[in-house]
Amino acid sequence: MIEQFIIYAIIAGLCVAIPAGPMGTILVWQRMAFFGDALSHTALLGVVLGVITGLNIDITVIVICFVVASLLVFLGHRDSLSTDTVLGISSHATLAFGLIALSVTTAGQTDLYGLLFGDILSVQIEELYWLAGGGVLMLLALALLWKSILMVIINEDLAQVDGVYVLIAKLTFMGLMALIVSMAMKVVGVMLITALLIIPAATARRLSRSPEQMAAFASFTGAVAVLLGISASYLWDWPAGPAIVAMATGAFTVSLLIPLRH
Amino acid sequence: MTALLELDHVCKKFHGNTVLDNVSLSVSKGEIVTLIGPNGSGKSTLMRIALGLEKPDQGRVQRQPKLRIGYMPQKVNVEATMPLTVKRFLELRPKTRLDGIKRRLDEVRGGHLLDKPFRTLSGGEMQRVLLARAILGDPDFLVLDEPVQGVDIVGQEELYELIGNIRDRHQCGVLMVSHDLHLVMAQTDHVLCLNKHVCCHGAPDKIIEHPDYLSLFGASSQNIAVYSHHHDHHHDAAGQVIPGEHTEHCRHD
Repeated sequence: MIEQFIIYAIIAGLCVAIPAGPMGTILVWQRMAFFGDALSHTALLGVVLGVITGLNIDITVIVICFVVASLLVFLGHRDSLSTDTVLGISSHATLAFGLIALSVTTAGQTDLYGLLFGDILSVQIEELYWLAGGGVLMLLALALLWKSILMVIINEDLAQVDGVYVLIAKLTFMGLMALIVSMAMKVVGVMLITALLIIPAATARRLSRSPEQMAAFASFTGAVAVLLGISASYLWDWPAGPAIVAMATGAFTVSLLIPLRH
Repeated sequence: MTALLELDHVCKKFHGNTVLDNVSLSVSKGEIVTLIGPNGSGKSTLMRIALGLEKPDQGRVQRQPKLRIGYMPQKVNVEATMPLTVKRFLELRPKTRLDGIKRRLDEVRGGHLLDKPFRTLSGGEMQRVLLARAILGDPDFLVLDEPVQGVDIVGQEELYELIGNIRDRHQCGVLMVSHDLHLVMAQTDHVLCLNKHVCCHGAPDKIIEHPDYLSLFGASSQNIAVYSHHHDHHHDAAGQVIPGEHTEHCRHD
């Protein structure tokens, strides 16, 4: 008899890993792994804001992440510093300030380990509804805007001339990033969100012949990693978040043995 | 002839620097207009204004109502991480069907490229695919940004010939940005020599004798048989073209 909290954990993991597939592939195509880090660390500030204001923490995380994502994308480019430096600074600055603010405002009352590395085994049924709703919403938005997002990645000017709503596509993507960060935070924690996005996508690359296939394979890889990771956590008492990422890395390593398709 | 696009005394500044000063330009149905100019002469900005991607600070831009524009960019950003065939790439254009894709690829002699992975295309194949994409929507007006870059001389001639054929068949107006006049010559009706302002303009055989053109492009262009190569890009170690308007490298010429 499998215990209920394991079933909840698996459902929660799948609700995040499946939409994380296409989101991660988009990040990989745009070389935005650093951006993913910068954004996930920002989530800590969102948690602090939620604690201070007493508002729903999921909402404050989404809002803060969306604001920071937009700032990074629309104002982030400075000639004097390269993008990876800007992202590196903002990523670690938000982490540092987030940890300080959290320590000051909650005086060690929060479960810091859970925030940093996820606490999927204690997911409650209300959170499952929230994750499932978020996951479905993300998949719908991605399906609707998939071509537009791809065109914007390939050439923004060309997309605009062809009548793609470039700004809408970009802002929606930022919104979806904020949403996936807030969701993935519960599963693998702030420190490992980028891993959950990037590793399945990188694994899928070698198996795919089309962008859509790559997104689907990434979702599949993420889902398998969730199943294996939570099993490892249950059987051997591994921490669940890191176990999921470890399993995804295992899948990636195996994929390296497969010859690259174009 | 009715103008498809008319730019009238257009001015544009970026951060206080004048990029375009009082530039007028018109493109008519069936006409090929070529913009030439050295690095930083405002070619790209003028092209972006023509496409409607940028607004001028002063001056008037008039497009024919319901003008269908086809655009061929200098470069598309398809990383090795994105598995993409030519077919799928062309399908990403809104409202595009497979029979249209095949017809347009055949038109640029690229029918065999349909199932090729995008990133394995050679320079010439890439430009033909981008050209096919530009004409997918049966445009009245084509804007081509350095359409022969990264292509060897033989391939360049073939591409210019294709562009001429497309103009004849579709009777569309063409605005082309190019960094040298030599090979463009045969197909171009009107040349606009740009260096922030319009230095000179007219038929290509008049332009190559124009003193302003010669002073801008140097004596080498006097002899049309000499291939004068004016860089506005440079190449990385792998031979990839890097558009270089913002870089400090390659300031020869």
